Amino acid sequence: MELHILLIFMIFAAIIAIEEKDLLSSVIAVGAVGFALCLAFLILKAPDLAITQLVVEILCLIILIRATINKDLPLVIEGRWIFNTFSTLGFIAVFLLFAWLALKELPGFGEPIMAVVKKYLQESVSKTGSVNIVTAVILDFRAYDTLGEATVLFTAVIGIMAILRRPGRKK
Amino acid sequence: MINNSKTGMTLIVKTITRLTVGLILLFGIYIILHGHVSPGGGFAGGVIVALSFVHLMLAFGKDVAVAKVSKNMASNLESIGAMMFLLIALSGFLGGSFFLNVLAKGSPFDLLSAGTIPLSNIAIGIKVGVGLFAIFLALVVLERAK
Repeated sequence: MELHILLIFMIFAAIIAIEEKDLLSSVIAVGAVGFALCLAFLILKAPDLAITQLVVEILCLIILIRATINKDLPLVIEGRWIFNTFSTLGFIAVFLLFAWLALKELPGFGEPIMAVVKKYLQESVSKTGSVNIVTAVILDFRAYDTLGEATVLFTAVIGIMAILRRPGRKK
Repeated sequence: MINNSKTGMTLIVKTITRLTVGLILLFGIYIILHGHVSPGGGFAGGVIVALSFVHLMLAFGKDVAVAKVSKNMASNLESIGAMMFLLIALSGFLGGSFFLNVLAKGSPFDLLSAGTIPLSNIAIGIKVGVGLFAIFLALVVLERAK
């Protein structure tokens, strides 16, 4: 149910991003799509992808906003140091509170939550013959992921070669 | 071309580079080949191999490094690495499924063990090493083409 609401929201935000004339509004609509995708990953029980999506989204949003706004943004700092200090301290306190709550829930070292981890640890040597369990996981059990990663690198190299290539001979 | 004093850095850097660059390349190849018995693997070893060529380029200037690995050779090797990895993936169909480890497992701690994993490491090593070097080469050589 939440997933459908998120999907409809993403579709509407994407349409707004295409149709909007103002570049900055368009960029912000794209950012809304990204954050909704992040929430969708969370609902689909993939927190690692959600974290990656969040980080990439924030970076892309900052770069795109910086690229669309030409003039420098005014930075007001004088005369407001009390407010700035207290808001900084408040955010640090909130961050520490949530970090404490999250760290309490971490499983102990060597006691993984997921059952599949125990299977990897017990059977990787007998099933793959590789003593390096990390290599056994990335190149045997989860080799399909590694193929995707290699494709990402390949695409990056092709993109850089295509952008930086010499222009056609016009002499 | 190597002893040309006009390109690259000073004589001290060039001498040290001449001594160390082969060792760095060899260490990268060692990391790639021993990926299944010790920490490391295709990605880490490939980065070290790429860094040895970057080292060469920084010390001697771009012409020496381009003479070793040209841009066409870099893109060809990159594609060959990707195709090798894909072929290893498809060879799993000999046993019935994608990415199945079809070769003999061997005994643990041997260099020739773990079936297709060392082959995958070599393919990824070629791909990553040449790919990273190709990115560096593109940023250095193709920058002035306007």
